[in-house]
Amino acid sequence: MSEQNSAVLRIENLRKSYGKTEILKGISFDIAQHEVVALLGPSGSGKSTLMKCVNLLERVNDGQIWLGDTDITNPRINQDEARSRIGVVFQQFNLFPHMNVLKNVTLAAIKVHHWDKDKANDRALELLDRIGMKHKANAYPDQLSGGQQQRVAIARALMTNPEMLLLDEITSALDPMLVGEVLDMVKELKDQGTTILMATHEMHFARTAADRVVLLRNGVVAENGTPEEVMENSTNPDTIEFFKHFVH
Amino acid sequence: MSMNQTSTQNVSEIELDRIKYRRAQGLKSVAISIASTLVLVGAIAAFLLTSPGWKQVQESFFSPEYFIKSFPAVLNGLWVNVQVLFFALIGVAILGTLLAVVRISKTPVLFPLRVLSQFYTTVMRGIPMLVVLYVIGFGIPGLGIFGRIPATTLGTIAVILSYSAYVAEVLRAGFQDVHPSQRASARSLGLTAGQTIRMIIIPQALRKVAPALMNDFISMQKDVGLISVLGAVDAVRAAQIDVAQSYNFTPYIVTSVLFILMSVPFILLNDWYAERLRKRELNGGVV
Repeated sequence: MSEQNSAVLRIENLRKSYGKTEILKGISFDIAQHEVVALLGPSGSGKSTLMKCVNLLERVNDGQIWLGDTDITNPRINQDEARSRIGVVFQQFNLFPHMNVLKNVTLAAIKVHHWDKDKANDRALELLDRIGMKHKANAYPDQLSGGQQQRVAIARALMTNPEMLLLDEITSALDPMLVGEVLDMVKELKDQGTTILMATHEMHFARTAADRVVLLRNGVVAENGTPEEVMENSTNPDTIEFFKHFVH
Repeated sequence: MSMNQTSTQNVSEIELDRIKYRRAQGLKSVAISIASTLVLVGAIAAFLLTSPGWKQVQESFFSPEYFIKSFPAVLNGLWVNVQVLFFALIGVAILGTLLAVVRISKTPVLFPLRVLSQFYTTVMRGIPMLVVLYVIGFGIPGLGIFGRIPATTLGTIAVILSYSAYVAEVLRAGFQDVHPSQRASARSLGLTAGQTIRMIIIPQALRKVAPALMNDFISMQKDVGLISVLGAVDAVRAAQIDVAQSYNFTPYIVTSVLFILMSVPFILLNDWYAERLRKRELNGGVV
């Protein structure tokens, strides 16, 4: 438990059911500061459900999720405030179609964190400049490509310096040609020390960019280790079988 | 048109032939529609003109003399309708939105209001507009607490109460049509439930239901003429007064013409907006 103080996110024995179907059957793992953790697993293994629980978009049935020193599953805390401490990027981008890029990026800073409008605009333009999207600040989401929308969504999630980023299969809805530009951006974030939990099917990316890989299977953590340990050296036959599908 | 305009330069013989054929077909359909219109108009005219009472009907409904005579009074009355419409529009926007927001809310505090709002929209949409007018117009003064209330005010209240129910249902459909991922996305940024409805759900919903709302507005525009039953001297009532004196019905035609003129801009606006939405959503296709 030496990393207890540096854990940004600690998931303890998390359980979640929909009706009688138990999706998460006691999940536990930590994410340390500056760590990039890839959450892998076949469809139906519970990746998306776990992401939703961590962002408080779903209520857990048991267990705890600690964000720093806060148990965010505690119903007595301010859940809106807890959500605002985590940046989320969704598979379908989910930009607000009635707002331009700049408004999308600055909305939470101004309305939730009560930043001054000029400060928010400066910060947003700086972020957009860094991702090469400054010239699109006044464009609307439907005028952008999928890759551009997803980069804006990442900028929106980063805007107020959240304690960590949740990336929920952010390249799954993208054209293969556009996957690269989004993954390059994630790599850059990693280099800047952003703490990231990303559910993904990009095995090559997980192998090269993640510090650690957590493999879910049937609602439990089947593997938790470095990419080499899990993806190459595992002796578990189911794990070997899973990764065999991704080796080309 | 721009879609069908192909430059005649640098195209193959085959395309030239197709252009020629389509042009011929186009002329043919224009000719057919002109012919069918003439036949229909002719048939209606023949039916009216040959009917035994046409002369009297023409005399009592389409008399130029009475048209000019009653015009100022009816136009004056129309101003009352415009005022009622203006205040009703504001009232319906506020009450309709409140009813719809309450219905989609999940806060436990609002539970009784949620049930009430559902009851209200169900009942109100079932009552004929005229009955609502009578109940409000004669019921509220009957309570004897508010003193004398002008008939136009009572009429406006009745229109607001009735149309809010329709508008609330349209808005609710719009709110529920905004994809749940938009709500998730807004909440994940830390926006509260209220902020999410105000900044994310309502603006998107309004865009989706704008044509339906405008349709309700056009319908309301003509229904404000019903306040005449409460004795307010609006365009319809002014026409009625004229008719009662002269036994000539032309003032009603004057009223209709004025109401139609008032609604045309909004109908055109609605068509234009609906067409714009359609074009944005349906990309291409000629059938």
